[in-house]
Parts: sequence; C-alpha cells; structure tokens
Amino acid sequence: MATKTKKEIVIPGEIISKGSDFLPGDWTMKQGDNIIAIRLGIVEKYDKIIKIIPITGVYIPRRGNTIIGEIKDITMNGWMVDIGGPYSAFLPLRECPGFIEQNDMENVYGIGELIVTRIFDVKRTSIDLTMKSRDRELGKIQDGMIVRVNPHRVPRVIGKEGSMINLIKNASNCYITVGQNGLIWINGESIENQAFAKRIIEYIVDNTITEGLTENVEKWIVENKPASIKSKPKSEEKVEEIQ
Amino acid sequence: MVYKITRKNVLEAVTKEKRLDGRGLLDHRPIEIKFGVSNKAEGSVSVKMGKTEVVCGIKMGVAEPYTDHEGEGTMMTTMELLPLSSPNFEYGAPSVNSVETARIIDRGIRESGFIDFEKLCIKDGEKVWSIFIDLATINDDGNLIDVGALAAILALRTARFPEYDEKTERINFGEFTDKKLPLNEDKMPLTTTFFKLGDKIFVDPTREEEDVAEGRISIEMSKPGKDEMINAMQKGGDASFSAEEIGSIIEEEIKVFKKLNTLVEDELKKEKKGAK
Amino acid sequence: MAYTKRSDERKMNELRPTSAKVGVVPNADGSAMFCQGDTIAIAAVYGPKIFNPKHFQNPEKGVLRVHYNMLSFSVGERIRPGVSRRSQEISKVTEWALTPLVLLDELPGTVIDVHINILQANAGTRCAGINAAAMALAHAGVPMTEMISAVAIGKIDDKIVTDVNKEEEDYEDGEGATDIPMAYLSNSGKITLLQLDGKIQAKRMKEALEAGKEACKKIFEIQKNALKEVE
Repeated sequence: MATKTKKEIVIPGEIISKGSDFLPGDWTMKQGDNIIAIRLGIVEKYDKIIKIIPITGVYIPRRGNTIIGEIKDITMNGWMVDIGGPYSAFLPLRECPGFIEQNDMENVYGIGELIVTRIFDVKRTSIDLTMKSRDRELGKIQDGMIVRVNPHRVPRVIGKEGSMINLIKNASNCYITVGQNGLIWINGESIENQAFAKRIIEYIVDNTITEGLTENVEKWIVENKPASIKSKPKSEEKVEEIQ
Repeated sequence: MVYKITRKNVLEAVTKEKRLDGRGLLDHRPIEIKFGVSNKAEGSVSVKMGKTEVVCGIKMGVAEPYTDHEGEGTMMTTMELLPLSSPNFEYGAPSVNSVETARIIDRGIRESGFIDFEKLCIKDGEKVWSIFIDLATINDDGNLIDVGALAAILALRTARFPEYDEKTERINFGEFTDKKLPLNEDKMPLTTTFFKLGDKIFVDPTREEEDVAEGRISIEMSKPGKDEMINAMQKGGDASFSAEEIGSIIEEEIKVFKKLNTLVEDELKKEKKGAK
Repeated sequence: MAYTKRSDERKMNELRPTSAKVGVVPNADGSAMFCQGDTIAIAAVYGPKIFNPKHFQNPEKGVLRVHYNMLSFSVGERIRPGVSRRSQEISKVTEWALTPLVLLDELPGTVIDVHINILQANAGTRCAGINAAAMALAHAGVPMTEMISAVAIGKIDDKIVTDVNKEEEDYEDGEGATDIPMAYLSNSGKITLLQLDGKIQAKRMKEALEAGKEACKKIFEIQKNALKEVE
C-alpha cells in the first residue's frame, strides 16, 4: 500500500460513486443510482470496481490467508480452531500432511497450542483450514512470542513488498510470521530481541495513518534499540524449517 | 484468556526483571489524571495507568447513623466492573472480584483516619452525612485495585459538600458549597498491590501480566516519611509468601508510596491552580 | 410567564455545544464518547462475535444486544448501581432504533453487544447514548447502510425547542414541559426512535418532527467528522 497523506475515510451510508462508472465491490452496496459504503474505511478503485478497505473491526477471513489460530477442541475428524472474528474454524484431519492416528491428534496439535495455518475455504458460517502448502511456514508454534494487532493494520506491518516487515526483522534480529488475522509470531534468540520487535510493531500500529511512516519507524528504532541487540546483516534471510 | 506461549513470555520477562514493555519490576505505567469528569458528583476523577482507566464519583447523602456510632458519618464503597470495559465482564450481581476490590479500597480509607467521621455528624444520634464512593471501570488493562484506590482518594480530596437545607433536612442536589470534606490530609492512604510470579515481585501489571501472576498482596499505607502506617493489607491468589518476602515487599512499598504521594500532591496543586 | 427565552439563552432551534470522539475504550472493537451540552455518554461495541451458547444463535441473521445504564454519580441524587426498569426500557428502544441500520443478514449466527453508559446526565441521555452507539458500531466496522442521529425535542409551554436541557424538562408553567426524543436515519430520513413524555396537540407534532429532522442533520455532521478522525 502506497504511503500517502492521511487518506479520506468514508462512513457507512456515504455515497462514493454516482451513476454506472463503477461496479460495487467489497463493503459497498448499490442504492438507486448511487453506490454507498456500508463500512467505515478507505475507498479504493481498481479497474471498474469500487470497494472499501476496512481500517477497523474484527477479522474478515479470506481464502488463501495465512493466519495464526489457537486449538480449542479435538473431534473425530479434526481440530476446532479459534482464529478471532465471528466464525468458528475447522482443520480437518485430511488437510494435514502425513498420516495421523486418532489418538495421536492431541500430540500433534494439542488444546491451547497455536498453529500457523491457511484458510482453504470460507463458507457462510464456518471456515475450513489446511496445513498443506508448498511453502514451509505452516506448522505448530513452540517458542517465541505472539503479538495481537488489529487485523486491518497488518498491511502496514508488512509494508510495500514486505519492506516494513523486513525492517523489523533486521532491527530486532528475529524471524517474524504475520497472520492476516492480526496475530504475529516473533521468534528470536532472546526475549529482549523479541520484546523489541513487539515494541516496533506496536509503534507502527499506533501510527499507521500518517505520512512518512517508514522514516518515522527507522528513527524510532535508532532511538529505542537496546544495546544488547545486534542487527542481522542485511544480506541474509534464512528460511526456517518448522515442524 | 492468555495463550500458553504468552504465559511463558511473561514468566521469562519477569524472571529477567525486564518486562515486555521495557519497564522494570517496580515501574508504573504513565499515570494520567483528569478531575471533574461528572459535574453532578460532589467530587469526581478519572485515573489512567497505561491503558487501564477507572472513574470515581463521590455522592453525598443524609441518613441515620449506626447505633454503635451515633456521632459519626457513614461511608460506602462500590466498584462496578462495567461490561463496557472488557470482554470478560458480564451483567448481573456484583462479581466476587468487584466486591473484594471495593472492600479492600474501603478498609484502607476507613482505617487510616483520613476521613474525620465525627465532623460528618449533623445531629447527634439522628442525622449524619453518608459518603458514597462509586467506582466504575472504563477500560481494563490490569491493576484495577490500585487505579481504583487512587481514583477514590483523588475524588475525596476534591469533593465538596452539596447544599443542605437545615429546615427541610434535605439536600439541594446540584447546588454545591465551597466546603471540602473533613479530611486529615496527613493520613491520606495510598494503595499499591504487589504481584508475585515465581520468586519475583512486580507492580502495575497489564491484564496479560496479571492473568499470569500467581498471587498478590495489596498494601494501603499512609504518613509518608514519618513512620509509615499500614492501614490495610490483603493477600489474594493461590501463591504463598514467605515472611521475608512480605518484609521486602513492605520495604518496597515505602519507596513506591513516597513516589505516589509526591505525584498526588503535584496533581492536586495543579488542579487547584486550574480551578481558580 | 410565557416561555420566550430559553434558560441557557439558546435560540429555540439551537443545539447545546456538542462534541464527539471515537476510540475511548481500547479493549472494545469500537467505542465512542458523545457530549450533548452537559450530558456525556460512552458507548462500546464488542462484536460481531460467535454467539454462545449455540442454541441462542440465529442461523439466518446476527443479533444486536443493547445495554444502557447510568452511572450512580451521573445525576444529582445518587442512583443505586445496577439495572433499573428505566434502563431496561431505554435499552430496548435503543435496540429497536439501531437494528434497522445493521446488515444483520450478513452476520448469521453472531452477536453484537452494545454497551452504553451515561457519565453525566443533563437531559437527552438516551439520545446521547444512541449517538455514541451509532459511532461505536461504525468504529467497530459493523456493516451498516447508514448512520443514525438522535435528539430530544421539547415543547416547553407553547414553544417547540431543540435539545431540551434539565431545567426545561422540569418546567412547570403554562402548558408545562413535554419531552419528545427522536432519532432519524441519515440517508433514508426514516425515524426509528420516537417517544413522548408529556402531551402535545396533534397539529403541532409535525413542527416537532421537523425541528428534530433539522437538529439530527447537524448532529450527523458532528458524528461524521469524529469518525473521519479515527486513528
């Protein structure tokens, strides 16, 4: 997302387009000749579609999203997972790689444990998850730290083509996995590193709708970095193997 | 509602004496005080510690005294854990938490001699003033006892009597006098709750830290720098404390109490200036 | 003496100083504070969230629950903490006022909790509550087709006045005081809250509704600007 001056926010019911210039996209509705916003957010036009990018509120699950969830219950066919937001999510046994025996399910993913998972299907009142993926980031979280942010701030934490998230990773020398549902997993060699990454993220979240965010973040990092942390050399980006 | 992994993080951070938000074990979050949040109350204040916010309103009433305290006014403390302030609070009868918190705060004030109850007597044996200390949470991010207790004291210090018509024996609500409540300011009690995790003690926890803590001790103290007096104490939670631990907590409390006392006096001076 | 001059010297159709702010309760999914003169209301929204226990869920659409209450020290004579019959009634009419706006069909099986508390009361409390709640719902990202604004119109003696204050509520001379809280939807102009406490000649009702419509348009602007200031 481009860094601009504070974009104009529209409120529910506000007319964002007249006539047939555009087709109504996410969080908009046709009302007579007009298209209105039905949610607080920022207007975005893409091709012939006009939609609202929400900036507040609970997480809206999307197919393909990588998210972090908490195991709530184990049934015969899989695991019930809490991913935040108003709908329950389910990880079917068949969506896990390899063969897992029924009485081994608790050991693989136990109640109260956190997993990095992907949304496979979004139905009217429920969500299906999967652990099958070509990239290796899905799996159980064993160590590290979890930070919760409003899911709508996630794009800012990631930044344009990952620029912001890489800035955080380098400054704190941590591995960071961002869940689209607002849960962020930080893993580093010490708790000081992780706590520092957490604080950078909190700074970003408190200052998202401003111009020059990247420069402000860089400045904040220089001013607040504990002496004990050594940055990662910018050339490396290890990919971690997660079980 | 704390993740297992977060428990580990908090435990590790506290054990290393550097908390997740960078604070030391005995550091408070930034404290923000705003007086006069309800102009209908005889005295009112909002206190924030970090993101936790509690408001307090003092209301006065006139009643018959208790039979064993015929020449003294009465006092009642209530703490409402408003569902507005947390997804974990529900409607219904006051929870054990809200009752315990109110009672801890109440005892500290009552025992300290801060309020001169005899000066609240209107007609011996027949009519006395009642002070209602009403607390309500606006946002819960931990440490409600201390924030509530501080709000109660600040509200009492800025409260003034409503007009009382001696002939009709009724209060003219909405009409205030300039007369402050009869307080012995040198006996002002301040509360600090010390939380325990493993063998570490810390103050002013966030909600996350408080949910992980194993036990707590609240101490209400008065008389800074001159033979400090403990007016109330309460241990809560499952953990146990050794006598040495309690001893060192009291030592720490004396230091924290001094800092808090200075803060309170500064804020009250500012308020007086602003009110003129 | 006829009521020719308002107790606080406002014009007959003038609102009291009004202000609004969003995001006052960090824990909530959406929150707002609304000040109408000396009346201060805070609203917090939690949801949409899964509605448990399951048998309460409506598989067709979401459920909106409203709880309104005044804090004990918000009025002159202390209110005992806890729910009263008045607060139950106001909770219900507020729920009926807000429900038409929310696209509950898009949120089956969920519940949205709206909590309204009055910090300081000087008449018009349920209207301030609705104004705060509407902003809190929008702040929480709840899908809504429009906004809602509320105001208490009064008939004091024989004058129709906008945004009644406590003194006016208690007026007893001439025809006395009648309090008419009402709420208008911002786009459709429909009315979803209408109550009357007192009495009014049928032929004057139109004037009262018109006054309310004009006042609500002004209140809507204040709500809109506060929402656009969200951080």
